[in-house]
Amino acid sequence: MSGAQKMLLNLSDVRLSFAGNTVLDHVSFGVAGGSIASLIGPNGAGKTSLFNCITGFYRPQSGSITLGGEELLRRKPHRVTQMGIARTFQNLRLFREMSVLENVMAGQHCRTRAGAISAVLRLPSQQREEREIRKASEECLDFVGILDEADRIATTLAYGHQRRVEIARALATQPKLLLLDEPAAGLNAGEKATLIDLIRRIRDERGVAVLLIEHDMGLVMKVSERISVLDHGAMISEGRPDEIRADPKVIEAYLGQDEAEELL
Amino acid sequence: MLPFKTAARRAEAQDNDPAPARPLAGITQLQQWFGRPATFRGAMAGIVLLLILGPFVFSQYITVIMTNALLYVVLCLGLNVVVGKAGLLDLGYAAFFAVGAYTTGILTLQFGWNFWASIPVALVAAAISGVIIGGPTLRLRSDYLAIVTLGFGEIVRFSARNLEITGAASGLSGIQQPRLFGWTIDSAVDFYYVFVVLAIGAVIASIRLSDSRIGRAWLYVRHDEDAAEAMGINRVAVKLAAYVTGAIYGAIGGIFFAVNLGAISPESFSFEQSVLILMAVILGGMGKIPGVILGAFIIVLGPELLRDLGELRLLVFAIGLLLIMLFRPSGIWPGRTQ
Repeated sequence: MSGAQKMLLNLSDVRLSFAGNTVLDHVSFGVAGGSIASLIGPNGAGKTSLFNCITGFYRPQSGSITLGGEELLRRKPHRVTQMGIARTFQNLRLFREMSVLENVMAGQHCRTRAGAISAVLRLPSQQREEREIRKASEECLDFVGILDEADRIATTLAYGHQRRVEIARALATQPKLLLLDEPAAGLNAGEKATLIDLIRRIRDERGVAVLLIEHDMGLVMKVSERISVLDHGAMISEGRPDEIRADPKVIEAYLGQDEAEELL
Repeated sequence: MLPFKTAARRAEAQDNDPAPARPLAGITQLQQWFGRPATFRGAMAGIVLLLILGPFVFSQYITVIMTNALLYVVLCLGLNVVVGKAGLLDLGYAAFFAVGAYTTGILTLQFGWNFWASIPVALVAAAISGVIIGGPTLRLRSDYLAIVTLGFGEIVRFSARNLEITGAASGLSGIQQPRLFGWTIDSAVDFYYVFVVLAIGAVIASIRLSDSRIGRAWLYVRHDEDAAEAMGINRVAVKLAAYVTGAIYGAIGGIFFAVNLGAISPESFSFEQSVLILMAVILGGMGKIPGVILGAFIIVLGPELLRDLGELRLLVFAIGLLLIMLFRPSGIWPGRTQ
């Protein structure tokens, strides 16, 4: 099934090293349009580094990263977002002292234009744009199910809801691909079930491809169509959940780790 | 599920929440009351009316002091964009004030320009100096930024003191008072009204900027640069916009300061001036428009109200400021509550 689908995101031969330490070793990898994929691997395997390369925060020494055929490498993070990749962070990175709605409105920034002069003069075009930003942001909050908390200060929300604000904020950038860095970390079983449902709805209802890094194997196996396994900066396996579960290389990589039991 | 330090992670995330500012009953109520659009408009109309009626009650002396306070409102609201909104510490803000004043001074005196024609040039000059200071400092944070901006302020002042065109140490004098439709703006009361208009304009512009795409972007970049960039916000463009906006406020203050006094000298734009403006912003509450206005009035009127204390007045004023900062570290005006 994978061969026929056109890849939305494509990484080929990406190599990243810091001060002589190889973090990513000739990684090639792809995410198909409209799919849900996961990136797993033991701690320190380089998963978040890979996310940072895709989103322009790190600059790989060599290789190529394309989105829909367009080269992303050497582009600044805000340009990558503008091109259609949104992300959430492993540790919550909400804007403090700002309301939930204002946080989500940040995502609309790269889809709008008005500057300081039109704001001071309150030009009709600026007023219209402000209404559109608000409407689009409220729609994203409604989609993740926390519209009724729009006016609260974001960092005062329950932890699980703060995670949803981050997802809503990323969705507000109108991405083609959404990168979720450990979205289930710190969530309880009920919240995890809601998250699985939300990830599926993001793909089904909005047509956004999702790539997640996640340690919770139960969640990964349930939600992913494709799984890629990173170990010591190298891609060691790629396939459907049942294939990954049976791959001896994956089991070996996880040996001695808590995740191994979970996987087997 | 196997343990993944979930409890620890959760605790960590919750620890990140800042402790809420201690509420100060009177001002919090005042703030809530201000929060309602109808009462806000009413209060604003009341303040504007008081400002208009002021000169009929004030003595000439008080009118001059109030004019100065209104100038500070403009300058403080400008610095508030840079420091309060975008979070870029600027210790050389008086430089922008100087650029506005000197551009108008030079164009009208040395080149015989009409005052009104000099305004757009002064604003462009200020915007360019905003880019000049902003460009190289974008990668710097807090303390480094403070040193570079301090240096910039001093460079502008020393240039003004040594260049012939700026009148060197003695500065420029005899700057013509502007005429508007046959009315010469010359008396203290005339200038008071000019500054009333400027201050009201600055307040309206600040409110409108706060509630806009660019105003929110300043806050995003101040709170978390990386998250802002990940949301597609161009950090460089947003910070430059803050410097340029702040510079334009400063220049507007400077332009009218120059024609009000009719004379300017390098010492009007000293480091002390920059610090006073910054103090007013911090005192009132960085980023909070009503707080910054309050701060501007306190900084200008405070020493005047204490004039009876003679030599002790600055000491008493300084102690007063210290006490305010001790009990209200994030400024007099309270932060946003739920």
